[in-house]
Amino acid sequence: MMGSRTVPLRTLAHGRAGDKGNRSNVSVIARHPEYWDLLVAQVTEAAMAAVFAHREPSRVTRYVLPNLRAMNFVLDDALDGGVNDSLNLDSHGKSLAFLVLDLAVEVPEDFNQTTGGDP
Amino acid sequence: MARQPLLIGCGAGFSGDRIDAADPVVTTLAENGGPACLMLETLAERTLALAQLRRREDPGAGYEPMLDALVAPILAECLGSGIRIVSNFGAANPEAAAWRIDEIAHLQGFPNPRIAIVTGDDLSGPEYHELLARHLHTSRVPVSANAYLGAEAIAAAWDAGAEVIVTGRVADPSLAVGPAMAHFGWDAGDWDRLGRATMAGHLLECGAQVTGGYFADPGFNDVPDLANVGFPIAKVSEDGSCVIGKAEHTGGCVTIATVKEQLLYEVHDPAAYLTPDVTADITHAHVTQVGPDRVALSDVRGHERPATLKVTAFYEGGWLAEGGISYAGPGAEARARLAAEILARRLPELALRIDLIGVVSVLADDHGRLFSKAPIGDARDVRLRVAARHHDREAAERLAQEVTALYTCGPAGGGGVRTAIRQRLSTASCFVPREAVQARFDWVQ
Repeated sequence: MMGSRTVPLRTLAHGRAGDKGNRSNVSVIARHPEYWDLLVAQVTEAAMAAVFAHREPSRVTRYVLPNLRAMNFVLDDALDGGVNDSLNLDSHGKSLAFLVLDLAVEVPEDFNQTTGGDP
Repeated sequence: MARQPLLIGCGAGFSGDRIDAADPVVTTLAENGGPACLMLETLAERTLALAQLRRREDPGAGYEPMLDALVAPILAECLGSGIRIVSNFGAANPEAAAWRIDEIAHLQGFPNPRIAIVTGDDLSGPEYHELLARHLHTSRVPVSANAYLGAEAIAAAWDAGAEVIVTGRVADPSLAVGPAMAHFGWDAGDWDRLGRATMAGHLLECGAQVTGGYFADPGFNDVPDLANVGFPIAKVSEDGSCVIGKAEHTGGCVTIATVKEQLLYEVHDPAAYLTPDVTADITHAHVTQVGPDRVALSDVRGHERPATLKVTAFYEGGWLAEGGISYAGPGAEARARLAAEILARRLPELALRIDLIGVVSVLADDHGRLFSKAPIGDARDVRLRVAARHHDREAAERLAQEVTALYTCGPAGGGGVRTAIRQRLSTASCFVPREAVQARFDWVQ
């Protein structure tokens, strides 16, 4: 049986964070079509809830967009009140995409990482 | 009759955006020669409340403070080339912005510019207090309250021949939907076309965010010549679909990756992106590279628009105090942590947020949950940053005083104290029936 290893999500996907009020959304977009199934299987609502545990979001919702090979995560009440109420230097939560992109994703030992953009 | 495609360039994506960004966009539109407009989006949620405060102090103020710098370099070329300008830079005072643009046009040799003012968004007046109280469930009087208007008044102004359309609060994508609606003669109920144009506007509304800005990540997302990033231009077709490009002779890039990121930016349910014009649906959308720095967005759908309009109100929100001090070299982290403990001891009346920049900061939370779990290490270049809010200015100022006193009373080697006190505005949103809001346009007098 083949072994596995982990790579940071950032090698398989890119994404950005946006805010509206006290709600953050983070997109996770496959860098290559081959990564899509792995991402859908592992970058789940539960995985995202764990990443954001310290923000205590009241709800984590994943929207899957197979056409775009993208997922959109919506994190309710994750911004300490949002841009006008948070005490964070980054009150928009713009840096949060990189909290997500640090998630460890399990890949097969012989996983051949194709770098570069989506063809 | 099939109309020529409409080119919509974006010259600003927020208040504070580069003031030299619009020029290459306008030059590209002028060289292209077809029907075109320039969209300038300068109004974030908070920007409008600040503008409302400025207008209170000076009835002639309250529009985008950088208006002259944004408009003066490009107005003559736009008016001379038939490139119409559509912008929410009117902020809390669209009339005054329009007068100012009229003055600039006169100075530049255009005696009769056709400048339209879109109003109806401002619900700050006493006649709306009861409506707001009912929907926001508070009797507090807001600093400002504005409804997000849609595309229709913009389209009407365009149809009437406006060369410059000045708005206050409108939904950002509507700045693109209005021109497209009028140019192609779409009906207000043509949901698919409005949905497509809405997503074109959505891709444009943040300026460089679709051309490599907010995207570059060296070694992962490399972007050529980001220092000279070009702003986007959408070529919108009669069916509402678009191809995103950018200004000629600029840096940045338009790729499938940049477009997908911006497509989902600040979107919640991709099947229901709500605007005053339409409920846009990108669940069937395709994004295709059709040339160098050219990406097509297709198969967006639209559904009936919401029955209500979103209103955002701002209230006085007390005071935000911030302070920072740096520690470096051996033991820096331990000294920064000691300084934080001292501040917490001396400021029991404030709920302090503590950041150790270089150890744990922006990814953390206001309650210190992540901070408390961060392993104590030996970081050697650490900036302690603390923040707190209080309804009373003097109480907030105590934080600044205590951080400053760390120079002599705190741990060794603390340097570079900076403090700031700012007035806060808190926000609340609600939805009101469309009928409560009357959008209209008038000509500058």
